[in-house]
Amino acid sequence: MSLGSYVLRRLGGLLLVLLVTSFLVFGLLYLAPGSPLAYILGPRGGSPAQVAAVTREYHLDDPFIVRYVSWLGDVLHGNLGYSIVYRMPVSNLVDSRAGTTIGLVALSAIIIAVVGIVFGTIAALRGGWIDQVISSLAAVGLSAPVFVIGVALISLFAVSLGWFPTFGVGSGGFDSLWHLTLPAITLSVASAAYLIRITKAAVNEEQVREHVQTATVRGLSSGVIIRRHVLRNALIPITTVLGLTIATLIAGAVVVENVFALDGLGSLLVKAILQRDFAVVQAVVLVLVVAFVVINAIVDVLYTFIDPRISLGSRK
Amino acid sequence: MTMKTTTLAVAKDAAQRRTLVWRQRYIDRFGVLGSIACAILAIIVLAAVFAPLLAPYDPDYPDLNYALSGPGAAHLLGADALGRDILSRLMYGARITLVGPALVILLSTVVGTILALVAAWRGRKTDAVIVWFLDILFSVPGIVFGLIAVALWGPSLFTVVGGLAVAYVPYVARVVRGAALRERNMPYVAAAWLQGHSGFAISTTQILPNVQPIVIAQAVSSLGFAVIDLAAVSFLGLGVQPPAADLGLMVKSGFDSALRGYPGEAIYSGILIVLIVWCVTVIGDRLLSNARAM
Repeated sequence: MSLGSYVLRRLGGLLLVLLVTSFLVFGLLYLAPGSPLAYILGPRGGSPAQVAAVTREYHLDDPFIVRYVSWLGDVLHGNLGYSIVYRMPVSNLVDSRAGTTIGLVALSAIIIAVVGIVFGTIAALRGGWIDQVISSLAAVGLSAPVFVIGVALISLFAVSLGWFPTFGVGSGGFDSLWHLTLPAITLSVASAAYLIRITKAAVNEEQVREHVQTATVRGLSSGVIIRRHVLRNALIPITTVLGLTIATLIAGAVVVENVFALDGLGSLLVKAILQRDFAVVQAVVLVLVVAFVVINAIVDVLYTFIDPRISLGSRK
Repeated sequence: MTMKTTTLAVAKDAAQRRTLVWRQRYIDRFGVLGSIACAILAIIVLAAVFAPLLAPYDPDYPDLNYALSGPGAAHLLGADALGRDILSRLMYGARITLVGPALVILLSTVVGTILALVAAWRGRKTDAVIVWFLDILFSVPGIVFGLIAVALWGPSLFTVVGGLAVAYVPYVARVVRGAALRERNMPYVAAAWLQGHSGFAISTTQILPNVQPIVIAQAVSSLGFAVIDLAAVSFLGLGVQPPAADLGLMVKSGFDSALRGYPGEAIYSGILIVLIVWCVTVIGDRLLSNARAM
């Protein structure tokens, strides 16, 4: 299969999944008990004018599928609805908060990549008690929920030692980076622990391969062998896991943002659920799911580029 | 070998021999680490089950004289901001923290196994549709399902359990489907089919018992994640509601005390959650590698 048709096919599949998930997210509004009208206007209800406006805005007099199509059209034009709590378009809310979430996830991804690969490789190459310590710490890291880690880090580094700020995102630039450090570490612990495991297994597996033996017999220095022969090949499973992990960080960010009171999409979602601001819930869920699906698809495609042995689109 | 001969020589009664063999088999199965995990988990479960008998105090009784006090003779692990005994609350909290995720896994395992067996038996279009459906479920992060459920039906333990159960279906179903597909192509299945047994009968009486170790191992492995997700939703204030004792909630209220310089409640409840998840994960890993080795 040629590259072009492969990418086209992947894109088609991706669009189909996005279409179905968007339909589900849209359908959510009608799963809720009570009429959508009551749900959108909140428990207090609304004046006849508001009812008419909402009926018009959500096309409540139209058949379900027509409503869905017009909603999807609105979403594609960047119109995510209107928040009854914040009294502003949802797209503005999402825009102003997406930056924090993206920054948090990006910073965590870097930490995960560095810590995971470095410590995983050390554990595999050194063995002995160093491996024992790293592996045990990784096992604990994998068992610790993000909010427990977050609370522990804040108590220790922000409250007791005062090295880091406790809450908020700071005032931009370096200050924001400073504020995002603890949250990013919190978010990355579990995934970094997982990557350490994967890296260790991958490096161990490559170390006993014949091409590595050959290189050793040829008398290459151990540094060269590890860089060119072991790590290069071990990188294939590592990158896959790393990519998939970044997608799961999106869910973790929801919790971390609430622990550290960051004004990202996750804290927006939780606040919106508590305030029953359904337009915001719908929009943020949509954004999170779309990001999750798109990142997974990109990783899938990149995977075939990293490992030339995988023929494009082969299913077996 | 020496172990066996000594046992045979020494053990006069059969009962003692049986315990020793049983113990040896148990350690073979779970390893040293797994055995430690089993023991710790057993202690936690017993403390939770018998909380009404063991807990020194009523978990909801506020004793304001002791509010935010540290460990002492009156309150072994101290008291929280409202003066409630932390040890008692941990015991009662472990109940919800164990039962909620167990329900999630029970529901998702039953549904996921049924879907997997149907997909493996029917194959072709049915299989394609079920796999596609699972892929769609997979495209939403687990905790988001719990949050969606809360958005629709309001914060409560059962809403979150329902939402998370849906999210965990694909994890079980994918693994079981793979195992069932392998069994499906075995000669014994073809033999049963030739004998005229129905697909339903073969799936339930032949294939299911053979994939059962995988089903159980996958269920236990997922349990750890369910504990984390459920506790996280409680921590966010969207799951179990105060004043109920729940470990996620205790980390939340302990967090507020920790900010004022009293980290006790947060530390103890956090450690207990990590311990539970660690034990379950170790046991699950062990079961998975046993099931694969078979």
